[in-house]
Amino acid sequence: MNIKYLLFHFLILIFISCSNQDVDSEEEYTPVPFSLKIPEIFQQKLLDPLIPSNNPLTEEGVALGKKLFFDKKLSGNNTQACATCHKPQNSFTDETRFSDGIDGVFGFRNSMPLLNLAWNFGDKFAWDGKELGLERQALEPVLNPIEMHSNWKNAVEKLEQDPEYPILFSRAFGTTIIDSVLVAKAIAQFERILISGNSKFDQYLLGNATLSLQELNGFAIFMDEEKGDCFHCHGSDNNPLWTDNEFHNNGLDANFSDLGLGAVTGDPNDNGKFRTPTLRNLIFTAPYMHDGRFNTLEEVIDHYSEGLQLSPTIDPLMKKASDGGVQLTDQEKISLKAFLLSLTDFEFINNPDFRD
Amino acid sequence: MKKKIILIIGLFFVLSSCSEDKDISLAPVAITLNFSHSWNGTEITSADFDQLKFTNENGQTLSIEKLRYLISEVSMTHESGVKTILDNYKLVDLENNESMSFQTSEAVLPGDYNSITFRFGFKEEDNIDGAYQDLNTANFNVPEPLGGGYHFMQFDGKYMNVSSIEAPFLYHVISAIDPTNVNDAIDTSFTINIGSATVGSNTNINIQMDVSEWFKNPNTWDLNEYDINLMGNYDVQLLMNQNGTSVFDLVSITQ
Repeated sequence: MNIKYLLFHFLILIFISCSNQDVDSEEEYTPVPFSLKIPEIFQQKLLDPLIPSNNPLTEEGVALGKKLFFDKKLSGNNTQACATCHKPQNSFTDETRFSDGIDGVFGFRNSMPLLNLAWNFGDKFAWDGKELGLERQALEPVLNPIEMHSNWKNAVEKLEQDPEYPILFSRAFGTTIIDSVLVAKAIAQFERILISGNSKFDQYLLGNATLSLQELNGFAIFMDEEKGDCFHCHGSDNNPLWTDNEFHNNGLDANFSDLGLGAVTGDPNDNGKFRTPTLRNLIFTAPYMHDGRFNTLEEVIDHYSEGLQLSPTIDPLMKKASDGGVQLTDQEKISLKAFLLSLTDFEFINNPDFRD
Repeated sequence: MKKKIILIIGLFFVLSSCSEDKDISLAPVAITLNFSHSWNGTEITSADFDQLKFTNENGQTLSIEKLRYLISEVSMTHESGVKTILDNYKLVDLENNESMSFQTSEAVLPGDYNSITFRFGFKEEDNIDGAYQDLNTANFNVPEPLGGGYHFMQFDGKYMNVSSIEAPFLYHVISAIDPTNVNDAIDTSFTINIGSATVGSNTNINIQMDVSEWFKNPNTWDLNEYDINLMGNYDVQLLMNQNGTSVFDLVSITQ
C-alpha cells in the first residue's frame, strides 16, 4: 500500500514537472506587441491601418522582417535582397526605369515605392493589383525568374543554416521551423511599419509650417476641378495618403503593350489600368509611371496637361483627353510641381529604423 | 414525490416558455437595408459597367464606369410618432457588394411604422469638411473652394457626344455653392420617404435607385451640355437636385 502510495505521488510529481517544463517552453514565446507610430495627420483624417488578425505586428516579427528585407540570402545567388530594388533612400523604390534581377535580366515595370501600405484597404498590391495581400506579395519576388530567381526550398535552407535565423523565428513566431509563410509574414510586418506622414505639407495641415505662395498656388491647381483636378485620384488634404489605391487608365497610350489590371482580371475593360501611386516623396522616386517612362516631374505634369492619349478604357476623369489634357500654363506647372515637392518626407527617408 | 417532481418540471417549462415569448415581443431588432439599382426598371450591377449599353431620356447612349453615393439619417417613425435614427450615414458603392446591404446600427421595436426615410447626401450641418475618417479614406471629399465636405454622388461614365465621339461625363452631386455668395451653400441633399413598414423579427427593406431618373425627371439631361466640371456649376447642381428626388423607390419589405 505504502509503495503504491509513494509511486502514485512520484508519478504526479513527474507529471507536474513535465507540465511545468511545457509552460516554461511556451513562455519563451512572448512576443512584444509593436507600437505603430501613426502620424498625427493620419490619426485625424484616416481609418486605423489594416493589420491582419493572423499576422499582428510584434517587435520580434518586425525585427525579423527587417533583417529578411535586407538579406540577399533570399535570392538564388545571394546577390539581391528586397532592398536592392526597394531602397530606403529612394522611398523604397529604385532610380532606374526597370530593375535587373540576379541574372541581369530586366523586368518590364518600374519598382513601386513602399510606404503607407497598411492603408491600402483594397489589399491589392503591385501596379496591376495581382498580389492580394502583403503576405502573398512577399512570396512572389523570390520565385520570379527575372527577380530573385530562387525557390523557397533553397531560400529556407539558407535561412536554416544561418545561426541567427532559427532563434529569430522562434522569438517572432514561437517556432524554429522556418517556412515561406513565416518569411512572408515577417517581411509584411516590416513593410507595414514603413509609414510616411511628416512632410512640410503635413506640418502645414497641422499648423506647424507655412507654405510658399507657389506651393499654395500649386495646391489650389491640384484641387481645382477646372485646372489640375488631381484630387479625384490622388487624395487631398483630407486624404493624406495622396492616392486612392484604385486602378485607372491615365491616358498614357492609345495602344497597350502592357495590359496592367486587364491581364490580371481578363476583362478587356481593365486593359491599361494601373494602381494610382502615392505622390509622397516624388523627389526620390523618379522615374515615374508603371513603366518609368518619365524621368522628371515636368514630364509627368506635361503628360496630364497636353500629352493624354485616347483609348477605349481611358478613365472619364481624364476628362480633357480629347484636347490632350487640362492645358496648364507654364506658371501653373511650376506651382504644381512646387506643391508636389512639399509632400517630401525627409524623416521617412532618413529613419534609421528603416535602414539596414 | 414523483408528482411533485413532475409538477416542478412542468412549472419550469411553463415559466421558461412564457419568458421566451416576452423576449421575442419586446426585443429591439436591427433592420437590413438592401440597395439595388436599375436602368428604367432593368436591374444593373457593376457587371454592366464600362459598356455603352444605356440610353438616356435625351436619346444619348452612355456607359457607367463608377457609381457611388452617400445616404444619411436612415430613420423610421413609429405610429406613436417616435422617430428612431437607425444609421448616421453609409457610402453605397456599386463595386463593393458589402456596401449595398447592411444592418442598421440602431435597432427598433417590432411594430408598425408610418415612414422609413433617409437623406441623399448630408444636410449642411453634417457635411463637415474632413470629419469622417472612412469617407476621407474612400477619397470622397469635396475641395474646400467648392464648399468642402463630401460628394453626395460620384457617377462617372462615357457617352456618345454630338460628334458621335465617346466623351466622358462626371455627374458629381455636391452641396451647391452660389458663386455670387460663396459663404452660403445651398443644401442640395434631400430626404426620401419610401413609405410605411411593419417591422418583425427579421425585416429586410429593399430599396432601388433607378439610375436613368438622374437624366429624366423633371429635367431632360443633355450630356452635350452638362458632362464635366459640374461640381462648381451652381445651376447644374440645382438641376441634379431636382432630378434626384425621384430616383429611389421601395421595392419590397420582406420578413
